[in-house]
Amino acid sequence: MASENALPTMEEHIAHHLSNLTFGLHPENGLGFAMTSTEAAEMGFWAIHIDSMLWSIGLGLLFLLTFRAAAKRATADVPGGWQNFVEWIMDFVDENVRGSFKHKNDMVAPLALTIFVWVFLLNLMDLVPVDLIPHLFYLAGVPYMKIVPTTDVNVTVGLALGVFILILYYSLKIKGPVGFIKELTGIPFQTSITVLKPVFWVINFVLETINLIAKPVSLALRLFGNLYAAEMIFILIGVMYSAGLVLGLVGGVLHVGWAIFHILVVPLQAFIFMVLTVVYIDMAYSEEH
Amino acid sequence: MNINLTIIGQLLAFSIFVWFTMLYVWPPLSNALETRRKRIADGLAAAERGQNEQRLAEERAKEVIKEAKQQASEIVAAAQRRANEVVEESRTTAREEGERIKEAAHADIEQEMNRAREELRKKLAGLVVQGAEQILAKEIDAKAHGTLLKDLAERL
Repeated sequence: MASENALPTMEEHIAHHLSNLTFGLHPENGLGFAMTSTEAAEMGFWAIHIDSMLWSIGLGLLFLLTFRAAAKRATADVPGGWQNFVEWIMDFVDENVRGSFKHKNDMVAPLALTIFVWVFLLNLMDLVPVDLIPHLFYLAGVPYMKIVPTTDVNVTVGLALGVFILILYYSLKIKGPVGFIKELTGIPFQTSITVLKPVFWVINFVLETINLIAKPVSLALRLFGNLYAAEMIFILIGVMYSAGLVLGLVGGVLHVGWAIFHILVVPLQAFIFMVLTVVYIDMAYSEEH
Repeated sequence: MNINLTIIGQLLAFSIFVWFTMLYVWPPLSNALETRRKRIADGLAAAERGQNEQRLAEERAKEVIKEAKQQASEIVAAAQRRANEVVEESRTTAREEGERIKEAAHADIEQEMNRAREELRKKLAGLVVQGAEQILAKEIDAKAHGTLLKDLAERL
């Protein structure tokens, strides 16, 4: 903390908004919460973002429990309001899965549903005014509180990693280790000259490996980048509120505009994440691209 | 922007959520949807069947009506024919009856005429005999010539 009495500078304010509540083992201060972002960085890999975890698990549980409630009372007769809503989402997801995934797999549709609703809820936290909840926590003595888990790169990488594991799993399961390696080395360049074949294999392997790794990386960074940038704009607009009446009013208008734009971005990013996941798993199933 | 254990935590949470959805959320809802879809399809099929049956019944009804109409017209035609026959028959009967009555009347008239003629003859014979008696006066004995007179009277 730079100063206890004076208002924080703009840089401090923004930096504060971009820091997670980190819990971990600090080399000097021992086990505990990081009070500054430098402390958080010093904790290294063996630290955890409590805020990201709590909000994402909390929202995930919200999704699971409400949907489970609908599933428990699911009836083939006239559905109630909530069941109707859940069925509407399910139909939407199922339609998209059917559109992009042509194989038999009981996991892909539930996976897509989980991704869509969960990421949607995580993104939705972006529409909560940026200062509101963090400030309440600040008053309660919690130094940092980032409430949009998808603005934490760890969260999006965690999700993409899950998808990546599934891609690898299904590639190996459907094509077998040999088939998978063949796919990684056999395309896109092919030659009939025997001597050159190993060279082509190496080139292909490098290209295909990049191609493979690009999938989770693009998944993770697309979601993170969109939401992080959005959050950043909200924070900057938030700063305008403290810069006099005129700028404050401009900020208010911008805030409303950006929020309305986000009504589009929030479901869109969830949808893109879901569709790409389904497409990637479909590609893992297919013999050739 | 620190990469840390949060990745692993998120990965675990993600796996558990997907697993839960796969086991407890998706299948019941999916089954309910499937059952409803099937029920609706059955309902539609039943409706179609019903419509088909209705169409068949309507056709059948039309046929029955047509048949009934035909029968009715046949009956009417038969009745008309019969009526004509009856009229014809009664006409014939009446004509015969009339003929008979006429013949009877003719016979009566003839009889009456004969009787009248007989009577006239008798009266004439009587008158002739009377006249002859008056002319002949005493010359004719009624008793002696009675047979002759009677014979004459009969021949007149």
